[in-house]
Amino acid sequence: MDEFNKIKKIIIKKPLKLDCGITIKDYPLAYETYGELNQNKDNAILVFHALTGDQFASGKNPVTNKDGWWSYVIGPNRALDTNKYFVMCANVIGGCMGSYGPSSFDDKSGKKIGINFPVITINDMVNAQFNLLNYFNIDKLFCVTGGSMGGMQVLQFVANYPNKSKIAIPIACSASHSAQNIAFNELGRQAIMADENWKNGNYELENISPAKGLSVARMAAHITYLSKKGLQEKFGRKLQERDKIKFGFDADFQIESYLRYQGSIFVDRFDANSYLYITRAMDYFDISKNYNGELSKVFKNTKTKFFIISFTSDWLYPTAENREIVIALNAINADVGFLEIKSDKGHDSFLLEVPDFLKSLKNFIDNSYRK
Amino acid sequence: MKEEFKIIANSIQKNKSILDVGCGDGELMKFIYKNISKKIRGLELSKDNVQKCIQKGLTVIEGNAEMDLEQFPSNSFDYVILSQTLQAFLNPEKVIGDLLRIGKTSIVTIPNFGFWKVRLNLLFKGTMPVTKTLPNEWYNTPNLHMCSIKDFVNFCNNRNINLFKSLALKNNKVSSINKFNLNFKNLMSELGIFLIEK
Repeated sequence: MDEFNKIKKIIIKKPLKLDCGITIKDYPLAYETYGELNQNKDNAILVFHALTGDQFASGKNPVTNKDGWWSYVIGPNRALDTNKYFVMCANVIGGCMGSYGPSSFDDKSGKKIGINFPVITINDMVNAQFNLLNYFNIDKLFCVTGGSMGGMQVLQFVANYPNKSKIAIPIACSASHSAQNIAFNELGRQAIMADENWKNGNYELENISPAKGLSVARMAAHITYLSKKGLQEKFGRKLQERDKIKFGFDADFQIESYLRYQGSIFVDRFDANSYLYITRAMDYFDISKNYNGELSKVFKNTKTKFFIISFTSDWLYPTAENREIVIALNAINADVGFLEIKSDKGHDSFLLEVPDFLKSLKNFIDNSYRK
Repeated sequence: MKEEFKIIANSIQKNKSILDVGCGDGELMKFIYKNISKKIRGLELSKDNVQKCIQKGLTVIEGNAEMDLEQFPSNSFDYVILSQTLQAFLNPEKVIGDLLRIGKTSIVTIPNFGFWKVRLNLLFKGTMPVTKTLPNEWYNTPNLHMCSIKDFVNFCNNRNINLFKSLALKNNKVSSINKFNLNFKNLMSELGIFLIEK
């Protein structure tokens, strides 16, 4: 808990009108930075995290004691080279790592906000994080990037602020959350709400938590982050610490044990209500909705240079959905590159050590900075 | 750099926008980027080649010209380059149509199937020709629709495509093709280079 209180935060005084109509102000935004901002202030990179990520993108996360979620990408001599670039990452609003979210305390009641937290959107998250530019006195970013929900935020950032970043790298994402993805998110939410400890979202008042439900949500989601081939190669039908099946419902198979473990460690670090709010924000994401579904119009007038990356085995945000963004940018003659990386690690590829991915990311970033 | 690339590069005016279709490892693009115009982008099928282009700092989209050219808006580039790729398409006619639509000028180069060595190969050896510009055997060649310089000229004439510059290449020597020397150039040249417009 001590470490949690040491998290860096800025209090955003500027009111933010959320898409749901509610205005928030004086709310905390927790952030972390890596590397140094140079004198010209032209080396700043804003990284957006995915559903269950947080601001601790690299190094050791002091709260969980685990490596940052993008440790392979951010660090000295890595793709986001902290010897050269100043990397910022903030916890999204709605999150549970220090930014304004359902587990924040309500000033008036002194209790946790819980289910009374307003429903937020990707747009709200991005607008809240834009305050980092003012805080660090940065006029224009060098790069915005992120994978999955982070990629959606990249798209939203460029849409909202067409000339505030030199380059943009949305990775393994989509311009509009698909029915399949909404379905998986709903499955996760229903698992949480079905847990009797959820108490209509007010579990914090009784000092309990819907750990079982959240764990099942995580297990289901985790499957969607992997690929069939990856699972088969890693686990196949291997049994867990036994020679033969036991004719029961214990974790006979290694894959069962693995998923249960993933579920169990997740509940220690993530708030169930945050999971509801953030998945909802993803579901509501449909960036061309206000443009009659014309994605090209979203990016009209942008001067930003794009590089879009997808992965062959990602079936959650498949190449076809990433390609739609490429097509839309092509249609307005925007500067856009695209590469599909061969990997059997599924959607999770963007978080893992996939050499082709890390190499192209580094090459693109370094070449763009030089120019 | 290949003589062919020098000729293509020399045909392009400074600071114009260019799309290199089937840009390979980006050798031509890089030359043009450095010397002629920064407004150049590529489309390439092979992941390895796209990686190499990114390494060179070039903007390239991984994609298949036959499927992905459709998404480019009309008249969006001053030049579209198609270097020795036309013969590998399932539907070269459609690709040419897309090139003409997207670019104000298209630069198309083809390995000439009318070259005398190619003809002799088939005539005397009785086997499918294997030459310097056509290095593959019949069973592993990516080329589906081979044509000669004369075929391409006829193709353009039959469709009222404005073929405003035709060059022939043999042993790194360039010469012009016109209607009077067409049969001769068709026999003597390894490569044809054509600038076409709608």
